[in-house]
Amino acid sequence: MKKVYFSNIFAFLFLISSTLFAQEHSADSTANHEATEATAAPAHAEGEAHGEEAEAFNPGKMMMEHIADEHEWHFATAGHTHYSVPLPCIVWNKGGLKVFSSSRFKDEHHENNATYEGLKLEEGKIVAEDGSFVLDLSITKNVASLLISVALLLGIFFTIAKSYKERSGKAPKGIQSLFEPIIVFIRDEVAKQNIGEKHYRRFTPYLLTVFFFIWFNNMLGLLPGSANVTGNIAITLVLAVIAFFVTNLNGRSTYWGHIFAMPGVPKWLLVLLTPVEIIGVFMKPISLMIRLFANITAGHLILLSLIALIFIFKSLGVAAIAVPFSVFMNLIELLVAFLQAFIFTVLTSTYIGAAVEEHHH
Amino acid sequence: MLVSILEPALGLIIWQLVIFGVLFFLLAKFAWKPIMGALQEREQSIEDALSLAAKTRQEMTDLKAGNEKLIAEARAERDRLLKEAKEAGDAMIAQAKADAQKAGAEEIEKARAAFNQERANAVASLKKETAALSLEIAEKVLRNQLSDRSAQENLVSNLLADAKLN
Repeated sequence: MKKVYFSNIFAFLFLISSTLFAQEHSADSTANHEATEATAAPAHAEGEAHGEEAEAFNPGKMMMEHIADEHEWHFATAGHTHYSVPLPCIVWNKGGLKVFSSSRFKDEHHENNATYEGLKLEEGKIVAEDGSFVLDLSITKNVASLLISVALLLGIFFTIAKSYKERSGKAPKGIQSLFEPIIVFIRDEVAKQNIGEKHYRRFTPYLLTVFFFIWFNNMLGLLPGSANVTGNIAITLVLAVIAFFVTNLNGRSTYWGHIFAMPGVPKWLLVLLTPVEIIGVFMKPISLMIRLFANITAGHLILLSLIALIFIFKSLGVAAIAVPFSVFMNLIELLVAFLQAFIFTVLTSTYIGAAVEEHHH
Repeated sequence: MLVSILEPALGLIIWQLVIFGVLFFLLAKFAWKPIMGALQEREQSIEDALSLAAKTRQEMTDLKAGNEKLIAEARAERDRLLKEAKEAGDAMIAQAKADAQKAGAEEIEKARAAFNQERANAVASLKKETAALSLEIAEKVLRNQLSDRSAQENLVSNLLADAKLN
Protein backbone atom coordinates (compact mmCIF):
# COMPACT_ATOMS: atom_id res chain seq x y z
CA MET A 1 0.00 0.00 0.00
CA LYS A 2 0.96 3.61 -0.35
CA LYS A 3 2.25 4.10 3.16
CA VAL A 4 4.54 1.11 3.06
CA TYR A 5 6.77 2.32 0.28
CA PHE A 6 7.98 5.56 1.69
CA SER A 7 10.05 4.33 4.58
CA ASN A 8 11.36 1.68 2.24
CA ILE A 9 12.58 4.24 -0.26
CA PHE A 10 15.16 5.49 2.13
CA ALA A 11 16.39 2.06 2.97
CA PHE A 12 16.56 1.45 -0.75
CA LEU A 13 18.32 4.71 -1.44
CA PHE A 14 20.81 3.88 1.24
CA LEU A 15 21.43 0.61 -0.48
CA ILE A 16 22.04 1.90 -3.95
CA SER A 17 23.30 5.43 -3.79
CA SER A 18 26.11 7.06 -1.88
CA THR A 19 25.95 7.25 1.86
CA LEU A 20 26.24 10.99 1.53
CA PHE A 21 22.98 11.13 -0.29
CA ALA A 22 21.29 8.92 2.24
CA GLN A 23 22.52 10.99 5.14
CA GLU A 24 21.44 14.20 3.54
CA HIS A 25 17.88 13.00 3.40
CA SER A 26 17.49 10.78 6.41
CA ALA A 27 17.00 13.87 8.54
CA ASP A 28 13.70 14.84 6.97
CA SER A 29 12.61 11.32 6.15
CA THR A 30 10.73 10.77 9.37
CA ALA A 31 9.01 14.10 9.15
CA ASN A 32 7.91 13.48 5.60
CA HIS A 33 6.90 9.97 6.39
CA GLU A 34 4.45 11.08 9.01
CA ALA A 35 3.13 13.84 6.83
CA THR A 36 2.54 11.42 3.99
CA GLU A 37 0.67 8.99 6.16
CA ALA A 38 -1.53 11.75 7.40
CA THR A 39 -2.56 12.91 3.96
CA ALA A 40 -2.31 9.79 1.84
CA ALA A 41 -4.24 7.43 4.10
CA PRO A 42 -7.58 9.25 4.19
CA ALA A 43 -7.24 10.19 0.56
CA HIS A 44 -7.02 6.59 -0.43
CA ALA A 45 -9.63 5.38 1.96
CA GLU A 46 -12.31 7.80 0.89
CA GLY A 47 -11.47 7.65 -2.78
CA GLU A 48 -11.48 11.41 -3.17
CA ALA A 49 -7.78 12.02 -3.58
CA HIS A 50 -8.50 15.03 -5.68
CA GLY A 51 -8.56 18.03 -3.41
CA GLU A 52 -6.10 16.89 -0.82
CA GLU A 53 -3.48 15.35 -3.13
CA ALA A 54 -3.20 18.56 -5.07
CA GLU A 55 -2.46 20.32 -1.81
CA ALA A 56 0.25 18.06 -0.44
CA PHE A 57 3.29 17.30 -2.58
CA ASN A 58 4.40 13.75 -2.08
CA PRO A 59 8.04 13.42 -3.21
CA GLY A 60 8.19 9.66 -2.65
CA LYS A 61 5.15 9.05 -4.79
CA MET A 62 6.44 11.37 -7.48
CA MET A 63 9.82 9.66 -7.58
CA MET A 64 8.39 6.17 -7.63
CA GLU A 65 5.99 7.09 -10.38
CA HIS A 66 8.90 8.31 -12.45
CA ILE A 67 10.92 5.22 -11.88
CA ALA A 68 8.22 2.57 -12.09
CA ASP A 69 6.61 1.26 -15.24
CA GLU A 70 3.07 2.42 -16.04
CA HIS A 71 0.24 1.70 -18.41
CA GLU A 72 0.06 5.21 -19.80
CA TRP A 73 2.82 7.57 -20.83
CA HIS A 74 2.53 10.38 -18.39
CA PHE A 75 4.40 13.57 -19.32
CA ALA A 76 3.18 16.22 -16.93
CA THR A 77 0.46 17.27 -14.57
CA ALA A 78 -0.62 20.88 -14.50
CA GLY A 79 -3.18 21.56 -11.82
CA HIS A 80 -5.77 18.85 -12.24
CA THR A 81 -4.95 18.06 -15.84
CA HIS A 82 -2.76 15.08 -16.62
CA TYR A 83 -0.91 15.24 -19.89
CA SER A 84 -0.54 11.62 -20.74
CA VAL A 85 -0.84 9.25 -23.68
CA PRO A 86 -2.87 6.11 -23.02
CA LEU A 87 -1.10 2.92 -24.09
CA PRO A 88 -2.65 -0.36 -25.23
CA CYS A 89 -3.33 -2.96 -22.59
CA ILE A 90 -3.00 -6.59 -23.63
CA VAL A 91 -4.20 -8.92 -20.90
CA TRP A 92 -4.61 -12.67 -20.71
CA ASN A 93 -7.21 -13.45 -18.06
CA LYS A 94 -9.54 -16.38 -17.54
CA GLY A 95 -8.58 -18.01 -20.83
CA GLY A 96 -9.26 -14.94 -22.92
CA LEU A 97 -7.14 -12.21 -24.44
CA LYS A 98 -8.35 -8.69 -23.81
CA VAL A 99 -6.96 -5.74 -25.71
CA PHE A 100 -8.05 -2.26 -24.71
CA SER A 101 -6.77 1.23 -24.09
CA SER A 102 -5.37 2.07 -20.67
CA SER A 103 -7.71 5.07 -20.65
CA ARG A 104 -10.45 2.57 -19.67
CA PHE A 105 -9.07 2.67 -16.16
CA LYS A 106 -9.72 6.40 -15.82
CA ASP A 107 -12.58 7.40 -13.63
CA GLU A 108 -14.53 10.64 -13.86
CA HIS A 109 -11.69 12.47 -12.07
CA HIS A 110 -9.11 11.18 -14.56
CA GLU A 111 -7.55 9.01 -11.91
CA ASN A 112 -6.79 5.35 -12.53
CA ASN A 113 -9.46 4.02 -10.22
CA ALA A 114 -12.01 2.63 -12.67
CA THR A 115 -12.52 -1.07 -13.34
CA TYR A 116 -12.84 -2.50 -16.80
CA GLU A 117 -14.13 -6.00 -17.54
CA GLY A 118 -13.32 -7.15 -14.04
CA LEU A 119 -9.78 -5.69 -14.18
CA LYS A 120 -8.41 -2.78 -12.24
CA LEU A 121 -5.12 -1.00 -11.72
CA GLU A 122 -3.53 -1.52 -8.37
CA GLU A 123 -0.23 0.28 -7.80
CA GLY A 124 0.38 0.37 -11.52
CA LYS A 125 -0.40 -3.32 -11.96
CA ILE A 126 -3.42 -4.80 -13.67
CA VAL A 127 -5.15 -7.20 -11.30
CA ALA A 128 -8.42 -9.07 -11.54
CA GLU A 129 -11.12 -8.05 -9.10
CA ASP A 130 -11.79 -11.68 -8.29
CA GLY A 131 -8.07 -12.34 -7.73
CA SER A 132 -7.64 -14.69 -10.71
CA PHE A 133 -4.34 -14.88 -12.56
CA VAL A 134 -3.59 -12.03 -14.95
CA LEU A 135 -0.84 -12.17 -17.55
CA ASP A 136 -0.22 -8.56 -18.39
CA LEU A 137 1.39 -8.27 -21.82
CA SER A 138 0.47 -4.60 -22.17
CA ILE A 139 2.51 -2.18 -24.16
CA THR A 140 3.54 -0.33 -21.04
CA LYS A 141 5.63 2.82 -20.97
CA ASN A 142 8.78 0.69 -20.81
CA VAL A 143 7.72 -1.56 -23.68
CA ALA A 144 6.85 1.49 -25.76
CA SER A 145 10.20 3.03 -24.93
CA LEU A 146 11.91 -0.26 -25.78
CA LEU A 147 10.21 -0.25 -29.16
CA ILE A 148 11.31 3.34 -29.74
CA SER A 149 14.88 2.46 -28.84
CA VAL A 150 14.77 -0.57 -31.13
CA ALA A 151 13.46 1.58 -33.98
CA LEU A 152 16.27 4.05 -33.29
CA LEU A 153 18.93 1.34 -33.11
CA LEU A 154 17.73 -0.39 -36.26
CA GLY A 155 17.40 2.92 -38.10
CA ILE A 156 20.87 4.09 -37.16
CA PHE A 157 22.74 0.84 -37.66
CA PHE A 158 20.95 -0.13 -40.85
CA THR A 159 21.91 3.31 -42.21
CA ILE A 160 25.49 2.73 -41.15
CA ALA A 161 25.53 -0.76 -42.66
CA LYS A 162 24.19 0.71 -45.88
CA SER A 163 26.90 3.34 -46.03
CA TYR A 164 29.50 0.62 -45.43
CA LYS A 165 28.13 -1.23 -48.44
CA GLU A 166 27.93 1.88 -50.61
CA ARG A 167 31.26 3.32 -49.58
CA SER A 168 33.06 0.01 -49.40
CA GLY A 169 36.78 0.45 -48.86
CA LYS A 170 36.47 4.21 -48.41
CA ALA A 171 36.91 6.32 -45.29
CA PRO A 172 33.82 6.55 -43.03
CA LYS A 173 31.58 9.57 -43.36
CA GLY A 174 28.88 11.24 -41.26
CA ILE A 175 27.07 9.01 -38.77
CA GLN A 176 29.26 6.16 -39.92
CA SER A 177 32.37 7.88 -38.62
CA LEU A 178 30.58 8.71 -35.36
CA PHE A 179 29.90 5.08 -34.53
CA GLU A 180 32.84 3.38 -36.21
CA PRO A 181 35.34 4.16 -33.42
CA ILE A 182 32.88 2.80 -30.85
CA ILE A 183 32.22 -0.35 -32.87
CA VAL A 184 35.94 -0.86 -33.43
CA PHE A 185 36.60 -0.17 -29.75
CA ILE A 186 34.06 -2.79 -28.63
CA ARG A 187 35.47 -5.25 -31.14
CA ASP A 188 39.17 -4.71 -30.40
CA GLU A 189 39.38 -3.54 -26.82
CA VAL A 190 36.46 -5.45 -25.35
CA ALA A 191 35.79 -8.57 -27.42
CA LYS A 192 39.28 -9.35 -28.73
CA GLN A 193 40.95 -8.29 -25.49
CA ASN A 194 38.80 -10.35 -23.16
CA ILE A 195 37.68 -13.30 -25.27
CA GLY A 196 40.82 -13.82 -27.29
CA GLU A 197 41.82 -13.89 -30.92
CA LYS A 198 40.30 -17.30 -31.57
CA HIS A 199 36.70 -16.88 -30.41
CA TYR A 200 35.96 -13.15 -30.29
CA ARG A 201 34.36 -13.02 -33.74
CA ARG A 202 31.47 -15.22 -32.63
CA PHE A 203 30.56 -12.98 -29.71
CA THR A 204 31.17 -9.52 -31.15
CA PRO A 205 27.61 -9.13 -32.58
CA TYR A 206 26.11 -10.05 -29.21
CA LEU A 207 28.40 -7.69 -27.30
CA LEU A 208 27.75 -4.85 -29.76
CA THR A 209 24.00 -5.37 -29.46
CA VAL A 210 24.15 -5.42 -25.65
CA PHE A 211 26.34 -2.33 -25.53
CA PHE A 212 24.28 -0.20 -27.87
CA PHE A 213 20.99 -1.46 -26.45
CA ILE A 214 21.98 -0.45 -22.92
CA TRP A 215 23.63 2.79 -23.96
CA PHE A 216 20.72 3.96 -26.10
CA ASN A 217 18.18 3.07 -23.45
CA ASN A 218 20.26 4.74 -20.74
CA MET A 219 20.40 7.88 -22.84
CA LEU A 220 16.70 7.77 -23.68
CA GLY A 221 15.98 7.38 -19.98
CA LEU A 222 17.66 10.72 -19.32
CA LEU A 223 15.20 12.60 -21.50
CA PRO A 224 12.52 14.41 -19.51
CA GLY A 225 9.30 12.44 -19.39
CA SER A 226 10.93 9.30 -20.70
CA ALA A 227 10.71 5.77 -19.40
CA ASN A 228 13.24 4.27 -17.02
CA VAL A 229 13.98 1.20 -19.12
CA THR A 230 17.44 0.13 -18.03
CA GLY A 231 16.53 1.04 -14.46
CA ASN A 232 13.85 -1.61 -14.55
CA ILE A 233 14.78 -4.91 -12.99
CA ALA A 234 12.86 -6.96 -15.55
CA ILE A 235 14.97 -5.52 -18.36
CA THR A 236 18.28 -6.06 -16.58
CA LEU A 237 17.10 -9.49 -15.47
CA VAL A 238 16.59 -10.57 -19.07
CA LEU A 239 19.94 -9.10 -20.12
CA ALA A 240 21.63 -10.95 -17.25
CA VAL A 241 19.88 -14.23 -18.04
CA ILE A 242 20.97 -13.95 -21.67
CA ALA A 243 24.53 -13.25 -20.51
CA PHE A 244 24.29 -16.29 -18.21
CA PHE A 245 23.27 -18.59 -21.05
CA VAL A 246 25.75 -17.16 -23.53
CA THR A 247 28.53 -17.68 -20.98
CA ASN A 248 27.63 -21.14 -19.71
CA LEU A 249 26.48 -22.69 -22.96
CA ASN A 250 29.92 -21.84 -24.35
CA GLY A 251 31.79 -23.14 -21.30
CA ARG A 252 34.76 -25.35 -22.18
CA SER A 253 36.25 -28.15 -20.13
CA THR A 254 38.76 -25.74 -18.59
CA TYR A 255 35.91 -23.51 -17.39
CA TRP A 256 33.94 -26.34 -15.80
CA GLY A 257 37.16 -27.81 -14.47
CA HIS A 258 37.87 -24.57 -12.65
CA ILE A 259 34.39 -24.62 -11.15
CA PHE A 260 34.06 -28.23 -10.03
CA ALA A 261 37.69 -29.21 -9.49
CA MET A 262 39.94 -26.19 -9.28
CA PRO A 263 43.33 -27.45 -10.42
CA GLY A 264 46.19 -27.19 -7.94
CA VAL A 265 43.89 -27.08 -4.91
CA PRO A 266 43.94 -29.82 -2.22
CA LYS A 267 40.97 -32.21 -2.38
CA TRP A 268 39.59 -31.32 1.04
CA LEU A 269 39.51 -27.63 0.11
CA LEU A 270 37.36 -28.37 -2.92
CA VAL A 271 34.50 -29.17 -0.54
CA LEU A 272 34.58 -25.50 0.34
CA LEU A 273 35.66 -24.06 -2.96
CA THR A 274 33.31 -25.84 -5.34
CA PRO A 275 30.10 -24.50 -3.73
CA VAL A 276 31.63 -21.01 -3.81
CA GLU A 277 32.46 -21.40 -7.48
CA ILE A 278 28.97 -22.70 -8.25
CA ILE A 279 27.45 -19.72 -6.43
CA GLY A 280 29.84 -17.54 -8.44
CA VAL A 281 28.38 -18.85 -11.69
CA PHE A 282 25.02 -17.41 -10.66
CA MET A 283 26.37 -14.38 -8.85
CA LYS A 284 28.04 -13.05 -11.96
CA PRO A 285 24.82 -12.47 -13.93
CA ILE A 286 23.01 -11.40 -10.77
CA SER A 287 25.67 -8.74 -10.19
CA LEU A 288 25.23 -7.63 -13.81
CA MET A 289 21.48 -7.37 -13.26
CA ILE A 290 21.69 -5.42 -10.02
CA ARG A 291 24.57 -3.17 -11.07
CA LEU A 292 22.82 -1.79 -14.13
CA PHE A 293 19.42 -1.55 -12.45
CA ALA A 294 20.79 0.10 -9.31
CA ASN A 295 23.09 2.55 -11.08
CA ILE A 296 20.45 3.82 -13.44
CA THR A 297 17.73 3.91 -10.80
CA ALA A 298 20.03 5.66 -8.35
CA GLY A 299 20.88 8.30 -10.93
CA HIS A 300 17.21 8.93 -11.58
CA LEU A 301 16.43 9.05 -7.86
CA ILE A 302 19.17 11.59 -7.19
CA LEU A 303 17.94 13.80 -9.98
CA LEU A 304 14.34 13.46 -8.87
CA SER A 305 15.31 14.14 -5.26
CA LEU A 306 17.08 17.33 -6.23
CA ILE A 307 14.02 18.48 -8.11
CA ALA A 308 11.72 17.33 -5.30
CA LEU A 309 13.67 19.52 -2.87
CA ILE A 310 12.38 22.57 -4.70
CA PHE A 311 8.78 21.47 -4.24
CA ILE A 312 9.28 20.39 -0.65
CA PHE A 313 10.76 23.71 0.45
CA LYS A 314 8.89 25.84 -2.09
CA SER A 315 11.81 28.24 -1.98
CA LEU A 316 13.70 30.01 -4.72
CA GLY A 317 16.91 29.68 -2.75
CA VAL A 318 16.67 25.92 -2.77
CA ALA A 319 15.96 26.00 -6.48
CA ALA A 320 19.05 28.10 -7.04
CA ILE A 321 21.08 25.30 -5.50
CA ALA A 322 19.07 22.35 -6.75
CA VAL A 323 19.01 23.38 -10.40
CA PRO A 324 22.80 23.64 -10.89
CA PHE A 325 23.13 20.38 -8.99
CA SER A 326 20.59 18.72 -11.28
CA VAL A 327 22.44 20.00 -14.32
CA PHE A 328 25.66 18.64 -12.87
CA MET A 329 23.97 15.32 -12.09
CA ASN A 330 22.57 15.17 -15.59
CA LEU A 331 26.06 15.54 -17.01
CA ILE A 332 27.30 12.82 -14.70
CA GLU A 333 24.38 10.67 -15.79
CA LEU A 334 25.43 11.09 -19.42
CA LEU A 335 28.78 9.63 -18.43
CA VAL A 336 27.13 6.93 -16.34
CA ALA A 337 24.89 6.01 -19.27
CA PHE A 338 27.95 5.21 -21.35
CA LEU A 339 29.92 3.77 -18.47
CA GLN A 340 27.27 1.30 -17.35
CA ALA A 341 26.74 0.07 -20.90
CA PHE A 342 30.49 -0.31 -21.21
CA ILE A 343 30.86 -2.07 -17.85
CA PHE A 344 28.06 -4.49 -18.63
CA THR A 345 29.68 -5.31 -21.97
CA VAL A 346 33.20 -5.63 -20.58
CA LEU A 347 32.11 -7.88 -17.72
CA THR A 348 30.01 -10.05 -20.02
CA SER A 349 32.99 -10.37 -22.34
CA THR A 350 35.30 -11.36 -19.48
CA TYR A 351 32.80 -14.01 -18.36
CA ILE A 352 32.63 -15.32 -21.92
CA GLY A 353 36.42 -15.12 -22.14
CA ALA A 354 36.76 -17.27 -19.01
CA ALA A 355 34.24 -19.74 -20.39
CA VAL A 356 35.88 -20.26 -23.79
CA GLU A 357 39.44 -20.16 -22.50
CA GLU A 358 41.54 -23.08 -23.67
CA HIS A 359 43.49 -25.33 -21.36
CA HIS A 360 46.93 -23.85 -20.79
CA HIS A 361 48.62 -25.29 -17.74
CA MET B 1 5.51 0.47 -4.77
CA LEU B 2 9.05 -0.43 -3.78
CA VAL B 3 8.14 -4.04 -4.26
CA SER B 4 6.90 -3.24 -7.72
CA ILE B 5 10.29 -1.76 -8.52
CA LEU B 6 12.28 -4.70 -7.21
CA GLU B 7 9.85 -7.25 -8.57
CA PRO B 8 10.34 -7.95 -12.25
CA ALA B 9 7.06 -7.80 -14.14
CA LEU B 10 6.42 -10.98 -16.11
CA GLY B 11 4.92 -9.09 -19.04
CA LEU B 12 7.94 -6.83 -19.34
CA ILE B 13 10.30 -9.83 -19.12
CA ILE B 14 8.49 -11.47 -22.02
CA TRP B 15 8.49 -8.26 -24.05
CA GLN B 16 12.16 -7.63 -23.35
CA LEU B 17 13.08 -11.20 -24.32
CA VAL B 18 11.16 -10.93 -27.59
CA ILE B 19 12.30 -7.38 -28.38
CA PHE B 20 15.94 -7.98 -27.52
CA GLY B 21 15.91 -11.27 -29.40
CA VAL B 22 14.48 -9.65 -32.51
CA LEU B 23 16.83 -6.69 -32.16
CA PHE B 24 19.83 -9.00 -31.87
CA PHE B 25 18.73 -11.08 -34.84
CA LEU B 26 18.12 -8.04 -37.05
CA LEU B 27 21.25 -6.17 -36.03
CA ALA B 28 23.46 -9.26 -36.28
CA LYS B 29 22.14 -10.16 -39.71
CA PHE B 30 21.67 -6.76 -41.33
CA ALA B 31 24.04 -4.46 -39.44
CA TRP B 32 26.92 -6.16 -37.63
CA LYS B 33 27.62 -8.67 -40.37
CA PRO B 34 28.07 -6.13 -43.20
CA ILE B 35 29.74 -3.61 -40.88
CA MET B 36 32.23 -6.14 -39.51
CA GLY B 37 32.84 -7.45 -43.01
CA ALA B 38 33.42 -3.97 -44.42
CA LEU B 39 35.67 -2.99 -41.52
CA GLN B 40 37.75 -6.12 -41.93
CA GLU B 41 37.89 -5.63 -45.68
CA ARG B 42 39.02 -2.03 -45.28
CA GLU B 43 41.62 -2.97 -42.67
CA GLN B 44 42.83 -5.73 -44.96
CA SER B 45 43.08 -3.38 -47.93
CA ILE B 46 44.91 -0.78 -45.85
CA GLU B 47 47.31 -3.44 -44.64
CA ASP B 48 47.80 -4.68 -48.19
CA ALA B 49 48.40 -1.14 -49.45
CA LEU B 50 50.94 -0.53 -46.71
CA SER B 51 52.82 -3.74 -47.40
CA LEU B 52 52.69 -3.02 -51.13
CA ALA B 53 54.16 0.44 -50.51
CA ALA B 54 56.93 -1.09 -48.41
CA LYS B 55 57.57 -3.67 -51.10
CA THR B 56 57.69 -0.99 -53.82
CA ARG B 57 60.05 1.08 -51.74
CA GLN B 58 62.31 -1.95 -51.33
CA GLU B 59 62.15 -2.55 -55.06
CA MET B 60 63.06 1.07 -55.76
CA THR B 61 66.04 0.79 -53.47
CA ASP B 62 67.05 -2.44 -55.15
CA LEU B 63 66.64 -0.84 -58.57
CA LYS B 64 68.77 2.13 -57.52
CA ALA B 65 71.44 -0.18 -56.20
CA GLY B 66 71.23 -2.15 -59.47
CA ASN B 67 71.66 1.02 -61.51
CA GLU B 68 74.66 2.04 -59.52
CA LYS B 69 76.13 -1.40 -59.96
CA LEU B 70 75.56 -1.19 -63.72
CA ILE B 71 77.21 2.23 -63.89
CA ALA B 72 80.15 0.98 -61.87
CA GLU B 73 80.44 -2.04 -64.12
CA ALA B 74 80.34 0.14 -67.24
CA ARG B 75 82.97 2.40 -65.78
CA ALA B 76 85.19 -0.55 -64.96
CA GLU B 77 84.67 -1.94 -68.47
CA ARG B 78 85.64 1.39 -69.98
CA ASP B 79 88.75 1.57 -67.82
CA ARG B 80 89.65 -1.95 -68.78
CA LEU B 81 89.20 -1.25 -72.50
CA LEU B 82 91.28 1.89 -72.26
CA LYS B 83 93.97 0.06 -70.41
CA GLU B 84 93.97 -2.76 -72.93
CA ALA B 85 94.15 -0.32 -75.84
CA LYS B 86 97.04 1.47 -74.21
CA GLU B 87 98.80 -1.78 -73.56
CA ALA B 88 98.25 -2.89 -77.15
CA GLY B 89 99.56 0.43 -78.43
CA ASP B 90 102.61 0.25 -76.22
CA ALA B 91 103.25 -3.29 -77.31
CA MET B 92 102.95 -2.32 -80.98
CA ILE B 93 105.34 0.60 -80.56
CA ALA B 94 107.78 -1.60 -78.68
CA GLN B 95 107.49 -4.24 -81.38
CA ALA B 96 108.03 -1.69 -84.12
CA LYS B 97 111.02 -0.28 -82.30
CA ALA B 98 112.49 -3.72 -81.80
CA ASP B 99 111.91 -4.58 -85.47
CA ALA B 100 113.52 -1.34 -86.61
CA GLN B 101 116.47 -1.89 -84.34
CA LYS B 102 116.88 -5.41 -85.59
CA ALA B 103 116.66 -4.31 -89.24
CA GLY B 104 119.14 -1.48 -88.58
CA ALA B 105 121.56 -3.82 -86.88
CA GLU B 106 121.29 -6.26 -89.78
CA GLU B 107 121.98 -3.48 -92.27
CA ILE B 108 124.95 -2.30 -90.28
CA GLU B 109 126.22 -5.85 -90.03
CA LYS B 110 125.83 -6.33 -93.76
CA ALA B 111 127.58 -3.02 -94.46
CA ARG B 112 130.38 -3.95 -92.13
CA ALA B 113 130.80 -7.32 -93.80
CA ALA B 114 130.85 -5.70 -97.24
CA PHE B 115 133.28 -3.06 -96.01
CA ASN B 116 135.59 -5.71 -94.54
CA GLN B 117 135.42 -7.63 -97.77
CA GLU B 118 136.23 -4.53 -99.76
CA ARG B 119 139.09 -3.66 -97.46
CA ALA B 120 140.47 -7.18 -97.64
CA ASN B 121 140.26 -6.99 -101.41
CA ALA B 122 141.90 -3.57 -101.40
CA VAL B 123 144.65 -4.70 -99.06
CA ALA B 124 145.28 -7.79 -101.17
CA SER B 125 145.49 -5.80 -104.38
CA LEU B 126 147.60 -3.17 -102.64
CA LYS B 127 149.92 -5.91 -101.43
CA LYS B 128 150.19 -7.25 -104.99
CA GLU B 129 150.82 -3.77 -106.38
CA THR B 130 153.37 -3.04 -103.69
CA ALA B 131 155.20 -6.30 -104.31
CA ALA B 132 155.33 -5.69 -108.04
CA LEU B 133 156.40 -2.08 -107.52
CA SER B 134 159.04 -3.17 -105.00
CA LEU B 135 160.38 -5.75 -107.38
CA GLU B 136 160.47 -3.16 -110.14
CA ILE B 137 162.25 -0.65 -107.91
CA ALA B 138 164.60 -3.26 -106.62
CA GLU B 139 165.38 -4.41 -110.14
CA LYS B 140 166.07 -0.83 -111.20
CA VAL B 141 168.19 -0.11 -108.11
CA LEU B 142 170.05 -3.32 -108.53
CA ARG B 143 170.68 -2.71 -112.15
CA ASN B 144 171.90 0.75 -111.36
CA GLN B 145 174.14 -0.17 -108.37
CA LEU B 146 175.57 -3.39 -109.70
CA SER B 147 177.04 -1.79 -112.70
CA ASP B 148 180.44 -1.70 -110.97
CA ARG B 149 182.27 -4.50 -109.18
CA SER B 150 183.07 -2.88 -105.92
CA ALA B 151 179.53 -1.85 -105.33
CA GLN B 152 178.48 -5.37 -105.84
CA GLU B 153 180.92 -6.63 -103.35
CA ASN B 154 179.98 -3.95 -100.89
CA LEU B 155 176.41 -4.91 -101.12
CA VAL B 156 177.05 -8.52 -100.62
CA SER B 157 179.15 -7.81 -97.58
CA ASN B 158 176.48 -5.56 -96.18
CA LEU B 159 173.93 -8.21 -96.76
CA LEU B 160 176.12 -10.69 -95.09
CA ALA B 161 176.67 -8.34 -92.14
CA ASP B 162 173.01 -7.91 -91.77
CA ALA B 163 172.46 -11.57 -92.01
CA LYS B 164 174.92 -12.12 -89.19
CA LEU B 165 173.38 -9.58 -87.05
CA ASN B 166 170.09 -11.24 -87.47
